[in-house]
Amino acid sequence: MSKLAFVQKNKIPPSPAPISEVGIIGWLKQNLFSSWFNTLLTLLSIYFIFIILKDFIPWAWGGHWDTKSLRECLDLNPDVACFSVLTARWKQLLFGLYPAEEYWRPTVTFILLIFSIIPILFPKYFRFFWFSIIYPGLAIWLLWGGSIWGVGIVYIGFSLGVLLFILLLRNITRNMVIAGISSILFVILFFIFFSNYLVNILDIIIPISLPPVESLKMGGFTLSLIVGITGIVASFPIGILLALGRQSNLPIIKMICVGFIEFIRGVPLITLLFVASVLLNYFLPPGTNFDIVLRVIIMVTLFSAAYMAEVIRGGLAGLPLGQHEASASLGLTYWQSQRLVIMPQALKISIPGIVNTFIGLFKDTTLVSIISLRDPVGLASTIRADQTWNGIYWELYVAIGLMFFVVCFGMSQYSQYLERKLKTDK
Amino acid sequence: MEKTKINITDEVAIHISEMNKWYGNFHVLRDINLEVMRGERIVVCGPSGSGKSTLIRCINRLEEHQKGRIIVDGTELTTDLKNIDKIRSEVGMVFQHFNLFPHLTTLENCTLAPIWVRETPAKEAQEIAMEMLEKVKIPEQANKYPGQLSGGQQQRVAIARSLCMKPRIMLFDEVTSALDPEMIKEVLDTMIQLAEDGMTMICVTHEMGFARQVADRVIFMDDGQIVEQNEPESFFNKPQSDRTKLFLSQILGH
Amino acid sequence: MKASAPPKTESFKLSMLLSDTRYRGTSLQVITFIIFVAVFFWLVDNTLKNLALLGKDVSFNFLFLRAGYDINQRLIPYTSDSTHGRAAFVGILNTLLVAFVGCFFATILGLFVGILRLSKNWLVAKLMSIYIEGFRNVPVLLWIVMIFALLTEFTPAPKAFKGADPQATMLLFDSIAVTNRGTYFPAPIFGEGSFWLLLSFILSILIVIFIKQYANKQKKETGKSLPTFWISILTIILPTLGLYFLIGKPISLEYPYLKGFNFKDGIHLRNSFLALTLALALYTSAFIAEIVRAGILAISKGQTEAAASLGLRPNKIMNLIILPQALRIIVPPLISNYLNLTKNSSLAIAVGYMDVRGTLGGITLNQTGRELESMLLLMGFYLCVSLLISSVINYYNRSFQIVVR
Repeated sequence: MSKLAFVQKNKIPPSPAPISEVGIIGWLKQNLFSSWFNTLLTLLSIYFIFIILKDFIPWAWGGHWDTKSLRECLDLNPDVACFSVLTARWKQLLFGLYPAEEYWRPTVTFILLIFSIIPILFPKYFRFFWFSIIYPGLAIWLLWGGSIWGVGIVYIGFSLGVLLFILLLRNITRNMVIAGISSILFVILFFIFFSNYLVNILDIIIPISLPPVESLKMGGFTLSLIVGITGIVASFPIGILLALGRQSNLPIIKMICVGFIEFIRGVPLITLLFVASVLLNYFLPPGTNFDIVLRVIIMVTLFSAAYMAEVIRGGLAGLPLGQHEASASLGLTYWQSQRLVIMPQALKISIPGIVNTFIGLFKDTTLVSIISLRDPVGLASTIRADQTWNGIYWELYVAIGLMFFVVCFGMSQYSQYLERKLKTDK
Repeated sequence: MEKTKINITDEVAIHISEMNKWYGNFHVLRDINLEVMRGERIVVCGPSGSGKSTLIRCINRLEEHQKGRIIVDGTELTTDLKNIDKIRSEVGMVFQHFNLFPHLTTLENCTLAPIWVRETPAKEAQEIAMEMLEKVKIPEQANKYPGQLSGGQQQRVAIARSLCMKPRIMLFDEVTSALDPEMIKEVLDTMIQLAEDGMTMICVTHEMGFARQVADRVIFMDDGQIVEQNEPESFFNKPQSDRTKLFLSQILGH
Repeated sequence: MKASAPPKTESFKLSMLLSDTRYRGTSLQVITFIIFVAVFFWLVDNTLKNLALLGKDVSFNFLFLRAGYDINQRLIPYTSDSTHGRAAFVGILNTLLVAFVGCFFATILGLFVGILRLSKNWLVAKLMSIYIEGFRNVPVLLWIVMIFALLTEFTPAPKAFKGADPQATMLLFDSIAVTNRGTYFPAPIFGEGSFWLLLSFILSILIVIFIKQYANKQKKETGKSLPTFWISILTIILPTLGLYFLIGKPISLEYPYLKGFNFKDGIHLRNSFLALTLALALYTSAFIAEIVRAGILAISKGQTEAAASLGLRPNKIMNLIILPQALRIIVPPLISNYLNLTKNSSLAIAVGYMDVRGTLGGITLNQTGRELESMLLLMGFYLCVSLLISSVINYYNRSFQIVVR
């Protein structure tokens, strides 16, 4: 053995780290006081926080919750917050002008919403997917009222169309396109000619209805949620089609899709909403006039579909390259490989982007206040114009801002959690 | 495979005594004592998590040690920035994932440090760079970007980049682990040439053939401590400690 | 080997239109095209019918008619006798003004917050994170309305500044007044000789550019760097200041002062403009901060380690290695956010600021009843802006892409 040789006789056990490195002191040292510059920043930050909280906490903590008007608040103590406006108007902020005795309807709608999402998000419960499909109809009926058959007829019509499609495929033709076009024609004819009669007949046989509530009465957070959620859900399939079309090799389809996407993304949402409120009636046959909320939902859906298409396009780009080739070499047709191989993966990757689009859309629902729909921001102006509360602003805006913050921040944390999970999933 | 010639002098290049490092509560390096002479070539091996990469990263202050002393070329490694800068310009490091600068050409990668750290004029820096690129045998790639080169070529550029600073000590951190098998040889050949020319080097690696051919000393680490060290022949043929024997059987088994 | 006979050509069958790869693409496109054109003509037909029923036609003549309304904030001369076209142009300029000022401040704020968010100091990083999340998760319209309410109801009226013991005082040595009618700043007055001053200022900037080029040349040849930062600052400041006093202070400030119940003179920025710009800048800065942070974080740690192990100092590492790579990641979404800010400026109507939507898409539209034409023009304007910005992004991406095999 040369003089270099060394063999350890006893294994060295681990010793605890020096105090200044671990625990509270170690953390403080590294994160807050690691250098003189850092220490300076820490002191400045603490001072800054102190100044803000010094005024805010007494103002908020001692606030009035029970007074009947702003005047009363100011008379009692002008230096604290007047939260009574919230106590007095919280129902309005949540439900708009919805009739008070029917409040159970929007509430039930949103509770059921959670149940309808579960089969989609958690594959374990997929057998309840039928509920997710009937939920939209149920929600519309709950919120707007009227006869249940007004909504039911839509489901009946589409079910008949699907039945016809399957029948044609099995017995008459092998070609999906012909069967598809025939079924679509049948459904269109059904709605033009038969549906009205059928609704009236069914209504007489089995009358189930709720008191109707007109759209103009809907407002507050209910309106924001309706517009936002419908917009996102409805824009999802359209967005997928647009994304596929944009990627397509066929020039005309690609041009139409690109044109649509770039047009929508190039104009502000407010112009589209204005189209909804004023111009959409021009584009449809003379005499049609439908519900403003429905028109807004249509425009919001188209708007969201364009952004959704871009997100999905990103997801498609993130796929491992060989997927198309692999599915083609297995003999799958274009639509089969999309449905079974490409889309599931692309959508999984796009989920964070989709959640972000939803957050943006939800915030954008406040724009309907500019076309005089009563979302929370619009309601704030109405409340402030009221004599009893004239002059109040902080408390109202902070409350509304907080409500949005909770929803949006919650969703963004969820999307970040999803992103992390996706990364480690691999 | 003939052994490279021995170049050991009696000048101390690196002196480490009683060095300890903790990550939070985890004692990652325990009581390290090591002396490296100028011209000596050391191979450090051991299972993953044994702290071998952390050890050499402490030498050029990419990691900080909490206890003990590290003295490189007579300068002690402390929190003093001047010392750290001085040591970094004398010690070169090559990384497992190359870490070339993708927005610069090969030549620019190599001339960057001489121009901005040693204030070398551009022309002189380019001459040095071409000299080093020829040494690693890829002078024709001078104007290509890293994204256009293969893994083996990129690693050789990384070696040339470090050499442009004329370091007296080179640290290699698992430099062939991320390469495809057919490219490992070209990188190892470059390192063997460097060893022949007398460079002091510490290599963390699993390439035992390389260790046999080049190393003056093989060090085995486990659990953050030096378990055994010896000349390559004795180390591989007559390991003393049980842990060394276990490790060697796993590595050389296949 | 015997040559095989050429393949038999199949006779053409109608179903091949969809099943044969030679024709399928074309067939699908023809079908789509027909459907698209049919829908388009149906929409146009409906529109014309509806317009006829209302007694309207489609014409853009209204642009040349007298507008008949005032715009209280404008960058070019305009009176109620000007045409609707000119009103629209005033609106466009107002939109662009908000867009530029907003983008400028949003970028500076965003950079500042984004870099601080990366700080090792836990407290600072958390504070910046609260700033970012707070602004990002509340609708921009709410911010606009809130800040407007703040500026109009929380600030004193001009008459509160009156008297020997006023309730409100001006800021910054009696030069800036924040009131509920807007904020009054001192206005610069360019007296005699100010032309020479400006000329010397421009000259000094040109000299600084030359100095920088000379310093670069020196660095290439000798390797030594000159302290260009300080030299540039001195070159700009000293001659300009010297000349200023020499000519006898040709540029002076006109301070706003209280006369009667209002302030006179100075630059008057109304609360609608301030609220809109401030809200947009703060809101967009939160997004920009996240983009900056993501860009810098995207550069792998290995780059910093390699540069450090070569001996480069932190500021050089940032300038030579991190920033060039991070900018390539940051710039495209940054420009995208500029587009968003410009589009969000259309919310000006909520606070009564006359941007292009307020004039062309607002009062003009209501007065002339030309909804279709005004909306087309309005959307056309925004489309042009967004196409312009998209092409800038594409140009940037193409020119600065990192070269890969």
